[in-house]
Amino acid sequence: MADMRTPLAKVRGLGSAHEGTDHFWRQRLTAVANIPLFLFFVGFLVSLNGADYATVRQALANPFVTLMFGLMIFSGLYHMRLGMQIVIEDYIHGEGLKLALIMLNTFFCIAAGAASAYALIRLAFGG
Amino acid sequence: MSKAAATRARPLSPHLSIYRPPITMTMSIVHRITGIALYVGTLLLVCWLLAAAVSEEWFNLVNWAFGTWLGRLVLFGYTWALMHHMLGGIRHFIWDTGAMLEKHTASKVAWATLAGSVVLTVLVWVVGYMARSF
Repeated sequence: MADMRTPLAKVRGLGSAHEGTDHFWRQRLTAVANIPLFLFFVGFLVSLNGADYATVRQALANPFVTLMFGLMIFSGLYHMRLGMQIVIEDYIHGEGLKLALIMLNTFFCIAAGAASAYALIRLAFGG
Repeated sequence: MSKAAATRARPLSPHLSIYRPPITMTMSIVHRITGIALYVGTLLLVCWLLAAAVSEEWFNLVNWAFGTWLGRLVLFGYTWALMHHMLGGIRHFIWDTGAMLEKHTASKVAWATLAGSVVLTVLVWVVGYMARSF
């Protein structure tokens, strides 16, 4: 059977959606990053169980904790945005609604990221 | 059209009422459901961080809400979803390499993620309560 693809298309290897394996790859990349970051988060919460406000504030003002939380939130939100996009594409078939939900998905993740960044910065610098 | 009667019972397609879902299929569905739950559950983390950043009153309010029996139930569910999704992700990594895809092995791996998620969740909560008593 004749291959109708141009040599350039074969080299680019992006396929019919013109995106290649980018979505798949980023999903895996953020998944790997999430494992240590979220385990740190769970350990952090376990160690602070029942702690009062001053102790929690002090723990969250630690620069290492700020960085770990920042990385976790970035990687986590990126990962869940990719995942929710797949869910939307699988179940929503109307083009208009699908597009709206995919936009909403991105907005939700960016809003959650902005709120978390604000909180982390305020916790890190006091105030 | 031939009207010859079937001389023996013909095999039927698996039907929903008698179909027994394989564990790999169930765990695949649960992986997606836990992913969606964690998506929504991120709001718990954002609320907690914002409350801690804004004031002691807000922090105490959120802590009180998380401490009610309903709050604890939600947090326990969040922990389980996190552990299950993590182990499910690791399982998919293994399968991505082409390893452990044989039918019976794959089923065992799927059962292992379910068992592992329950064990890890209970472990986190037991250690959490032990840390509290110190």
